[in-house]
Amino acid sequence: MQSWREQPAAFFVFILPATLWLLAFFLIPLALIWVISFGERVGPVDIAFTWTSANYLDALDPLYLKLFWRSLWIAAVATAVVLVVAFPVAFAIAFAPPRAKPLLLLLVVLPFWTNMLIRTYAMLAVLRGNGYLNWTLEGLWEATRLLLTPIGLGWLTGERFVPLELLYNNTAVVFGIVYVYLPFMVLPLYASLERLDRSLLEASLDLGASQLRTFLAVVVPMARPGIVSGLMLVFIPAIGTFLISDLLGGPDSQLLGNIIERQFKAANNWPLGAAMSFLLLYVAFALLLVRAWLGARGLRDA
Amino acid sequence: MSTVPKRVFTRRRLLNTGVTAAVVLPGLSGALKAQAREVVLYNWDSYIDPETIPAFQEETGIRVRYDLFASNDELFAKLRAGNPGYDVVFPSNDWVARMIAADMLMPLDHDRIPNLANIMPRFMDPRHDPGRAHSVPYFWGTVGLGYRKSVASPTSWGVIYTDGTHAGRIAVQREIDTLLAGLKYLGYSINTTDPDEIEDAVQLLLQAKAGFKTFAPDTGQDLLLSREVDLALEYNGDVLQVMQEDDDLSFVVPEEGTILWEDDMVVPRGAPHVEEAHAFIDFVHDAENNARIAEWVMYPTPNAAAKELLPQEIIGNPAIFPPDAVLDRSEFALYQGEEIQQMRNDAMTRVLAG
Repeated sequence: MQSWREQPAAFFVFILPATLWLLAFFLIPLALIWVISFGERVGPVDIAFTWTSANYLDALDPLYLKLFWRSLWIAAVATAVVLVVAFPVAFAIAFAPPRAKPLLLLLVVLPFWTNMLIRTYAMLAVLRGNGYLNWTLEGLWEATRLLLTPIGLGWLTGERFVPLELLYNNTAVVFGIVYVYLPFMVLPLYASLERLDRSLLEASLDLGASQLRTFLAVVVPMARPGIVSGLMLVFIPAIGTFLISDLLGGPDSQLLGNIIERQFKAANNWPLGAAMSFLLLYVAFALLLVRAWLGARGLRDA
Repeated sequence: MSTVPKRVFTRRRLLNTGVTAAVVLPGLSGALKAQAREVVLYNWDSYIDPETIPAFQEETGIRVRYDLFASNDELFAKLRAGNPGYDVVFPSNDWVARMIAADMLMPLDHDRIPNLANIMPRFMDPRHDPGRAHSVPYFWGTVGLGYRKSVASPTSWGVIYTDGTHAGRIAVQREIDTLLAGLKYLGYSINTTDPDEIEDAVQLLLQAKAGFKTFAPDTGQDLLLSREVDLALEYNGDVLQVMQEDDDLSFVVPEEGTILWEDDMVVPRGAPHVEEAHAFIDFVHDAENNARIAEWVMYPTPNAAAKELLPQEIIGNPAIFPPDAVLDRSEFALYQGEEIQQMRNDAMTRVLAG
């Protein structure tokens, strides 16, 4: 392969559109928000740029730190669940017959064809007290009752069906995040499991390692780049989520993302919202650094 | 109420996430400005009947483009950096005051709106816009409790804040109204600027919070209808709209009084079609047009001539036109400058976060 240094003109021509795009639609807007985070409100719409640090101090209020902690915690739990659910899926796709793979991958990506907002509303219809899941459970309950009553065990089912409270709590928020972000974990896992050299698994099993040991000592280490990528792709957007907690959460499910959204809309306090956003961004950066460090260590080990 | 068509979609509904269903929003650019006459409206969802727009287009030859917003915050956020091309927008009273303070609205030419003569005199000189220099009232209404009659019969705000018997079956709003209703329950003015009184309301709400099912993004009426909750703090028209679908639902303004609101038609600065905007505002306040819209949206109209044309079942319905005794105990929320606004919003943030 040629080095880009041999054809610098061609290289710059190809890289120019992407650079301009990033500059115009990512770096400049981000810089604006960064500047606003050091600004001060004057009147309903104007912001004076005074380079004050007051917004950052406000953002570090114990109340917001509590929400930050809650956001981290919910995102961590959800990411762990996503990993546990996604691993078998990715594993099964990686080991599926070659002809089935494109179809299975398509099924994983299929939900993206529908807007995330619509999908989250659909969850409401499924999970609410008077929703599809509870209807199904009620049907099962009635069937069980019909079966048990003739043999005198009808009392086992209780007097009446009590619908499960599946919505408007933190469990619902975790569930929502798992549902929405699952493909972000399955795809990188699949990518690394796909490249996995099968003969290594056979060697491990032939040499007497158990299935579990083979999995832990061979599959997991080799899938590590995929696992780390997946964790980042799920965890980072999950700590900033506000739509899912808005729609599925209860009175104690407000996350940092909701409070940031409030500053930009209802509270009309852009400087504070900007400061909070940047604190969140710095956390994401820190995580990416950890990832880079893990990646570097992984290379050295290998 | 067989005269009123059934609808599934209601005003101030669902889409409080910044994702507004844009019905018509092709590039609101200057390219179209000079050509055919048109007017670009930015309104709440389900806040006009289906006949008025076609009738306006027919009568005036002005093409209407229509876009939707879901909350005052969203409207304000969209206009604060400059008008993207809207001619008539529909903010609520305190937001009108805020937009006037920020010089975001054009003064209206009353000569071009002869139907202003139809507006009840008491709506012509409101505190939020003295002399109606910048705004024309569209509809007004109350905040109250929607409830399921078979399990609840609320008379006081206490039923959601202190009573406890409906714990877990209550939806309140994520908007500031939940805090303002708390102030009302405590016997304070909703426009109080006393930090201690606001703090009392915050404490009241923090204690009541365990009994709330959710801080709804203005979807309380849907939660009532789907039996997720038995009580919902909501706007009167929203609840009236679901009452048509379920006889067991009702609406009451608690005895302590409530928050009154009014949505206005205003012309934001930079509007490309000022003349057409005036024509539209005038059209809406034609008595017959206004009565038709009022019958559909189920909010009380400020238009005296239109009210005369409304059927008794609407005029006599206390949930639509509240009795004077209720009005006497109720207040419009005032815009009292950014500092007070910030104090209230911080208080609400503390309730949500706490």
